[in-house]
Amino acid sequence: MAGESVAETRIGYLAEFGSPELLLDAVSKMQGVGYTQMDAFTPFPVDGLAESLGCSESSVPRWMLVGGIVAGLLGWGMQYFSAVIDYPILSGGKPLNSWPAFIPVTFEMIILGATVSGLMAVLILNSLPQLHHPLFAAARFECASRDRFLLFVSADDQRFEAGATRKLLLDCQPEAVEEVAREV
Amino acid sequence: MSTNGRRRGFPLIKPGLTYATVTDQIAAIVQGGTRRGWLLLLVLFTTLALLFLYTVTWVFVTGVGLLGINIPVAWGFPLVNVVWWIGIGHAGTLISAILVLLRQPWRTSINRFAEAMTIFAAGIAGLFPLIHLGRPGFFYWLLPYPDTMGLWPQWRSPLVWDFFAIATYIFVSLVFWYLGLLPDLAVMRDRAKKYWQKVSFGLLSLGWRNSARHWHHYRVAYLLIAALATPLVVSVHSIIALDFAATIVPGYHTSLFPPYFVAGALFSGFAMVLTLAIPLRSAFKLQNLITLRHFDIMAKVMLAAGLVVAYGYLMEYFMIWYNGDAFHREHARFQTVGEFASVFWTMIICNVAIIQLLWLRRIRLNPPVLFAIAIVVNIGMWLERYLIVFSGPSHTYLPSARDVQTGNAIDWMMFIGSLGLFFMLMLLFIRLLPAVSIHEVKELIHDREAG
Repeated sequence: MAGESVAETRIGYLAEFGSPELLLDAVSKMQGVGYTQMDAFTPFPVDGLAESLGCSESSVPRWMLVGGIVAGLLGWGMQYFSAVIDYPILSGGKPLNSWPAFIPVTFEMIILGATVSGLMAVLILNSLPQLHHPLFAAARFECASRDRFLLFVSADDQRFEAGATRKLLLDCQPEAVEEVAREV
Repeated sequence: MSTNGRRRGFPLIKPGLTYATVTDQIAAIVQGGTRRGWLLLLVLFTTLALLFLYTVTWVFVTGVGLLGINIPVAWGFPLVNVVWWIGIGHAGTLISAILVLLRQPWRTSINRFAEAMTIFAAGIAGLFPLIHLGRPGFFYWLLPYPDTMGLWPQWRSPLVWDFFAIATYIFVSLVFWYLGLLPDLAVMRDRAKKYWQKVSFGLLSLGWRNSARHWHHYRVAYLLIAALATPLVVSVHSIIALDFAATIVPGYHTSLFPPYFVAGALFSGFAMVLTLAIPLRSAFKLQNLITLRHFDIMAKVMLAAGLVVAYGYLMEYFMIWYNGDAFHREHARFQTVGEFASVFWTMIICNVAIIQLLWLRRIRLNPPVLFAIAIVVNIGMWLERYLIVFSGPSHTYLPSARDVQTGNAIDWMMFIGSLGLFFMLMLLFIRLLPAVSIHEVKELIHDREAG
């Protein structure tokens, strides 16, 4: 829209770094000044990066534990219900609730349930699938899947000030700093 | 391990690789032009895959009487193929899951296509029981669902466990593979030039942004699913072994079978990984990523698994001698000097004798020879499965029920067709998706640089 000023369409700055170490330095530096609304994009997981950006411990393990327990109980319960309550058959003198024979199916169900909930947890916690994101429009963004390490400082940050933030980022030895605008 | 490798002059990945060159090199396999050799192989294997489709359709239309299955050997070729194919799949899970947990960096260059191998092999393995059912349209009777007949599966039967195990295995392998592929699909999306590649990689990568938050959850989930896949592999082949061991047939009824089947699975699976890796490496010039050091280690693992299998053979016959049962001893004679002697001794030559060459470093570092040994092991393990499935029921307690059977031409056509289907899928995979994990190789480069 022609009437909107640059400041209104700006969603933040994207700084490009040549190595994960420089990126980590930049993150801690920006954080030291008080920035909180940041995200980093890297071609591979960088140790300690998520933690320094303020991510708490991932809740994926809890999801998987719950998924495994629920599926295991369902698997067990299904066999118990069918073999003891709904369709009891005495075979080979075994008790109706011949639990050792129910272990394999229960075990497979636990693995299946935990895996499904693990996949779902990764997708939900990362809000994927999300085929469109404003950052995809940034010219440098694609470098993050190749060999560049990007730091995004959001304009939503309370400390964000166009000139000052840009200058701070430029002090962190980036290869470049790009302004990211909302697509209009 | 890394310093050790360097000292001996065999780095895990060639020095001089950078994040950018790795990305370009791996993506080029997908984005580059089609080679004539690849196309010729694709035509060949697609023809064989059509043979599979043809024989399967024929069996579905006419019935299982077409195959060489009869009483006493009712399982026949289809079950030989199930056990063999699923065993091949297991090495992929071993490389991708167990080696993650053990933090073995050498898995990185080979895990992606080993996982693809797992999925294709397990999928093909899953088809054979359906073909063998005779009434494939009723396969869903194995599922517990509220049917109008008021029936339930028999939970005490290993065949029902098998259904759950194989179905879970295929699904979990697929999830694990896809999760690992997700960041690489994003790489392909970002590089895509052609419209169809932009759309398909864009959709498949689900909008992955390489964000630190994405990686944070991804890493945890990947590690935990690996931790789950590890006991899963052991359970799947153990349960398949129980299909045999839970019967009273001499030669089947032994508690040795589950661990022995798992070892055999890893043995044949590593042989298949080598069978795929050696041509892949030279065809797509991946010598800097899949190095001689990988072959060295894989050959050692194959040798170790082979020795466990050999120990299994030894214990099998020791227990037969030790338990003193006349029928079991007769069965041992039947296998080793009777009608199955030729199969038995060929198997011993393939699985026990020839692999001893792998003690020599010279042989382990010679890809053509290693390739030949891998093929020999594949054949040997197929013969092992054949020997187990066919010799047991041929020679049970009742002399009147004894008969020697073998497969017929249609069995062979179906087996060869399934090989064609497998290699066709592998060829398509290599050209359509990144065959080496791009982000993991980059992580390896980073770790190497950091020391």
